[in-house]
Amino acid sequence: MQTLTAVATAGAVALMMSTSVMAATLQLHNGGDPKSLDPHKVSGDWENRVVGDFIEGLLTENAKAEAIPGQAESWEISEDGTVYTFHLRDGIQWSDGTPVTAGDFEFAFRRLFDPKTAAGYAYLQFPIKNSEAINSGEITDLTQLGVKAIDDKTLEITLNASTPFFLDALTHYTAYPVPKHLVEKFGDDWAKVANIVSNGPYSIKEWLPGSYVRSEKSETYYDAANVQIDEVFYHVLEDQAAALNRYRAGEFDILTDFPADQYQWLQDNLPGQAHVVPFLGVYYYVMNQEKGPLTDIRIREALSTTVVREVIGPDILGTGELPAYGWVPPGTNNYVPDAYHPAWADQPYEERVEHAKQLMADAGYGPDKPLTLQLRYNTNDNHQRIAVALAAMWEPIGIKIELFNAETAVHYDALRAGDFEIGRAGWLLDYSDPSNTLDLLKTGVEQNGVVNWGNNYGRYSNEEFDNLLVEASTELDLVKRGELLAQAEQISMDEFGAIPIYWYVSKDVVSPKITGFEENAKNIFRTRWLSKSE
Amino acid sequence: MLAYAFRRVLSAIPIALIAVTVCFFILRLAPGGPFDGERALPPTVLANLRAHYNLDQPLFMQYFIYIGRLFQGDLGPSMVIDGFNVSDLIRIGFPFTLTMAMTAFVIATIIGVIAGMVAAVNQNKWPDYVLVLAVMLGVVVPNFLMAALLQLWFGVYLKWLPAGGWVNGSWLHLVLPVTVLAWPHAARISRLMRGSMIEVLGTNYVRTARSKGIGERLVLARHAIKPALIPVVSYLGPGLSYLLTGSLAVEQIFGLPGIGKYFVTAALNRDYGIVLGTTILYMFIILALNLIVDLVYAWLDPKVRYR
Repeated sequence: MQTLTAVATAGAVALMMSTSVMAATLQLHNGGDPKSLDPHKVSGDWENRVVGDFIEGLLTENAKAEAIPGQAESWEISEDGTVYTFHLRDGIQWSDGTPVTAGDFEFAFRRLFDPKTAAGYAYLQFPIKNSEAINSGEITDLTQLGVKAIDDKTLEITLNASTPFFLDALTHYTAYPVPKHLVEKFGDDWAKVANIVSNGPYSIKEWLPGSYVRSEKSETYYDAANVQIDEVFYHVLEDQAAALNRYRAGEFDILTDFPADQYQWLQDNLPGQAHVVPFLGVYYYVMNQEKGPLTDIRIREALSTTVVREVIGPDILGTGELPAYGWVPPGTNNYVPDAYHPAWADQPYEERVEHAKQLMADAGYGPDKPLTLQLRYNTNDNHQRIAVALAAMWEPIGIKIELFNAETAVHYDALRAGDFEIGRAGWLLDYSDPSNTLDLLKTGVEQNGVVNWGNNYGRYSNEEFDNLLVEASTELDLVKRGELLAQAEQISMDEFGAIPIYWYVSKDVVSPKITGFEENAKNIFRTRWLSKSE
Repeated sequence: MLAYAFRRVLSAIPIALIAVTVCFFILRLAPGGPFDGERALPPTVLANLRAHYNLDQPLFMQYFIYIGRLFQGDLGPSMVIDGFNVSDLIRIGFPFTLTMAMTAFVIATIIGVIAGMVAAVNQNKWPDYVLVLAVMLGVVVPNFLMAALLQLWFGVYLKWLPAGGWVNGSWLHLVLPVTVLAWPHAARISRLMRGSMIEVLGTNYVRTARSKGIGERLVLARHAIKPALIPVVSYLGPGLSYLLTGSLAVEQIFGLPGIGKYFVTAALNRDYGIVLGTTILYMFIILALNLIVDLVYAWLDPKVRYR
């Protein structure tokens, strides 16, 4: 009851205060409960919305989610593209008044890779020299990390090799600074609400698990004068229908997801408020290429070419997800202008089916000897709808599908163990670069006698593909690099290494009261750029 | 009776230990782990995480570490909600769940008992039919649907009540969730009370009382209510347990900071710490409620004796 009373009192006081000064409060539907407020402990986009509002990295995002100077006002890159020298802004500080220094960044990167931190997303910054070896415990001296504070205002980062997407990766929360003075004092508890500080536009004030996180505008932020929203509630609510009801009741200003079957209703009744735009991510099926019938490329080809991708977004999901024939999402940076598009995609469907039947016959299957395959997906209405639809599309070519659904943890455990024939998967890009998706099809690496396939669940393997990725990783010319990666994409798709199905879309609903919301392929919209009229 | 209560409390300790042990091993035997998400973690990172939570230890060692901590009152960390340990989550969430469940319990019990009596006294008349219909709605309509409908009517269309959330902590935020929780509970109680009351009203001693010329209200108050309550009381313990543990959908839909949803979310995410912590909590609640019901039962029915 004490908690309830405290919450009620705090709420009442906050309400009175907010009324008296007419502060602009953003009510943001944010989905799940954050796992943590510590940038080294989080992994989801709902956490990114909170953490990215209160901590700022060397670079940050503008309203369109493009990388712009953040805590660093400028930088230089060495000719070979491996050494970055950042110069921090004057006067930047944590919300307790302590200056933000290059030492905070150096400390944060060392903490990120320190095995003791057990940061689940540390690998995203593995382009930094010695980071992977430190994270694996191979190097125990953290000073060997390629991040050095030259002085309080200058930070030098050395990479293993030239990495074109590195500046973009620095906008990611894994590259955010942490307050050295507080982490040394409180340890991991620095991120508890009682201790936490910010260097970004907002400061965390409250976290009521299961309900909301609340932050307020930080007056110590260097650009505070241009920040319009005074207070933000990041509401926890995973039920999309309930969230839409609360939006309609005026309790939310922005919805970050909605039930797909309500899209038409939204367009009819709240025109202009639903923002459904391509999102950097691919929804796909993996096929087990280590054992079983799917080691045969003819069967993989028959499966992939008979998927009618055009009906999935508009008809099965209802939100117009775009059909995917390639592996790298359109709009990805550092890539060739023309997306991969196979010739068979333009053939009439009947021809594709006939060809697929022939392929199946060549592989030894036909009407008298149908092929039965198990399709695994994690429990979700949309995954089920798609699985049922694809099973129907494959029936005419003599493939019978047994559907098998399981909760997420079990599903991915089975995929990782190679215990499947066809499996559902999806990938949202961590940073806008083709390597982030193409890496999903890299051959596994042998470690201690066991091959670690990482996210390559289907265990697709092609030496030429792997070599092209290695070659691209050292190519400084971005155009040439893009071409090398495009060749790799073509090889993997021509070999039907996986079945891309659709490109994701982001699904936001934004109240007309909100201005400054810019659609973008990363679906990142920082509160700093928004304003609200009452 | 005190000695009986003491013995029951003592006997709960081995039951609790067995339940925790079974739950611990069943959880660990289930496929999938707390770090099996959409993205495979590099082996080094995974190894760091497993070491951090002692998951790299042999299973029996993990068990002894857990039990050792438990005896020191430490429910351990959450593996999925890193910002809080299990005790923190229970401390924050449980008072809310308890408040909501107790409010629903009291309201449902009062309404259920009165409605059951009214229906029994007016058997096969219009108040009986109206109440039977209300009961049917309460039992048949699933709580997630009722929640969505009430949210739509009272939150979206009429705008009389908040459609969800707990931002300002006003009691108005509790009206819809408590209604959703209380309705089926009240429905079951009224059905029990109606049947029991009809039975009691047909007994010889009630007929005798009436034949002595005692007014109907006095007959009900003095002779009928207490015996008619016995089946209702038997239901109250499990009923309250259901309210405490079954608030998941309500907490999810209305975005409330209760503990109920953590239990299911944690089970799906294999967050061993939260599942075990909430299991222990619920187990003690159920044991305590059963004990209380047994004691109330003895008070209502003197024929019940404890050895």
